[in-house]
Amino acid sequence: MVWINAIIQGVLVGGLYALFATGLSLAFGVMRFVNLAHGDMAILAAFFALSISDSLDLNPLLTLIIVVPGAFGFGFVLQRVIFDRVVGVDPAFQIVATFGLGIVIQNALLEKYTADTQGLNVGALETSTIKINDKIAVGWMPLITLLTAIAVLGALAVMIKRTKMGRAFRATSDDFDAARLMGIDVRRVFAHAMGMAVGTVALAGVLVGVRGSFSPFSGPENLIYAFEAVIIGGLGSLWGTLAGGITLGVAQAIGAQIDPSYNQLAGHLVFLAVLVTRPTGMFGKVQAR
Amino acid sequence: MNVTVHRGTTASRIAAVFFLVALVVLATLPSWAEPSLQRKMVELMTFVALAQMWNLLAGFGGVVSVGQQAFVGLGAYSMIFFVNVHGLGLYRSVPLAALVAAMFSIPIGFVAFRLRGSYFAIGTWVLAEVCNKVIQLQSSLGAGNGASIKVTGWDAAERQDATYWFALVAGAGAVLIAYLVLRSKLGLQMQAIRDNEGGASGLGANVYRTRFIIWIVAVFWTGLAGAVFYTSQLRVQPKESFSVVGWTAPIIFMVVIGGLGTIEGPIIGAVLFYVLRDRFQENQTVYLIAMGVAAVVVALVLQRGLWGTLRRRLNIDLFPVRRRLETKSDA
Repeated sequence: MVWINAIIQGVLVGGLYALFATGLSLAFGVMRFVNLAHGDMAILAAFFALSISDSLDLNPLLTLIIVVPGAFGFGFVLQRVIFDRVVGVDPAFQIVATFGLGIVIQNALLEKYTADTQGLNVGALETSTIKINDKIAVGWMPLITLLTAIAVLGALAVMIKRTKMGRAFRATSDDFDAARLMGIDVRRVFAHAMGMAVGTVALAGVLVGVRGSFSPFSGPENLIYAFEAVIIGGLGSLWGTLAGGITLGVAQAIGAQIDPSYNQLAGHLVFLAVLVTRPTGMFGKVQAR
Repeated sequence: MNVTVHRGTTASRIAAVFFLVALVVLATLPSWAEPSLQRKMVELMTFVALAQMWNLLAGFGGVVSVGQQAFVGLGAYSMIFFVNVHGLGLYRSVPLAALVAAMFSIPIGFVAFRLRGSYFAIGTWVLAEVCNKVIQLQSSLGAGNGASIKVTGWDAAERQDATYWFALVAGAGAVLIAYLVLRSKLGLQMQAIRDNEGGASGLGANVYRTRFIIWIVAVFWTGLAGAVFYTSQLRVQPKESFSVVGWTAPIIFMVVIGGLGTIEGPIIGAVLFYVLRDRFQENQTVYLIAMGVAAVVVALVLQRGLWGTLRRRLNIDLFPVRRRLETKSDA
């Protein structure tokens, strides 16, 4: 029974990982761009949520109304001002620019908030559970997180499939030059994609803050989980990302059940196993480039 | 019109003499410098070695790793394994530790090279985390707390001097390795692959093999530098020796600010990094923010870095690894 419980909890956490991975997958899909500060942006959002909820005495979940649009705008501007310069050049500069940005965010947070671990308190919701039997209980918050992830992925999938912007996303993804020749404003597409990437990861960051604790240096860990979820699920597949996140969550939960120190290691091992045996991931169409 | 190809220039010949003199001066440093300066120089030399190896991969090979801390940590832990578990001498363990790191580079490279570009970078980061987690499960190496190196038969001053000379060999050796690799056929292939993978492979360069060989070379020397550095520390902790912020972040900043894809750049970057760090001693956080901002700015608008920009202006090469064409008209 403990194993079934571990799997259920793993699935729930997996939703969070999928939410983290969505933006990474989107930015890579649309413009072959990988933001190494992706995880740090999530933590930045969590700290913002903390400050806003403290100063306005608001429930952290309500701060999402401010944080997520703010993050979208931040991503949009960031792409325009900074990232556009390193799209399509030697990937070394893309890596250095985003990695450097991550270090700046981490240390700026350290300077402002100290190295203490923080948490976002959402009150009674945090501890309330649905009791299934004596051994298994599903927390409301993890359940809401998973459903949020599914809703976000669903909304993105519909957006990409049905809207004009989504069509521009797909066209740019397939062939950047051809898309531009057909009159698509690719810079606008890029800025929107990065806005959505940062917006979703900000949502994920706040949910991470509600679920557990975070410190200025929690970003890289979350980047790694997001990356593992993307690779396990397969590049270029949004639902694959959900499957990847859930696989990672279950692997970690089972690892932790065997021995608490195997928690992250078990996730890493599943990631490595997928990478070695099936580099395109579970649902991937293309190999990582 | 006669066209001759050569690599050496007047500047490079003067520089060669200068470097030899500098090497002699540095080798005698323990006899005239303060112990505190000597300790700082150990760290500086370690970073020159690490930066040079990262640059060999990223600047010349187009292989950007964010997981170099894996090999610093593996070098350090292999060294402590030989010393503590097998009772080997402190400095005898250093080359062995480098060999162990190079052995690990093969399975790690096998997995990481399935990814490319930015994903390769994050992949190496994950693999470094795996190494870190696995080391933390080894109780014989002190698990999560780390371990002290059991040194016997050395007095402190002697050990400081020996560590310093090892560090000098690591730093100067890294420069020499980069120089020799770049003048070799392998180095030429590597740079051709970086510039145009399809074209290079069409002309007969084996992309995978070339990259893998450079990878093993760079990891070998990275492990060596890690092991040397920890002979001066006497205590290894997993959190510190496998730290991305402690190792790979400064390495990247040094190389990019100094000049990616030049031999001079990493040296200039490392020296600059150390001089500035001393100034900012009371506030490391602000210092890291400043370095991060500088690296981002360089990556965006000054991609050649300090040395690359200077080189372009003055057209000089201190390390002659480029071929130059010289035309003389017969008239």
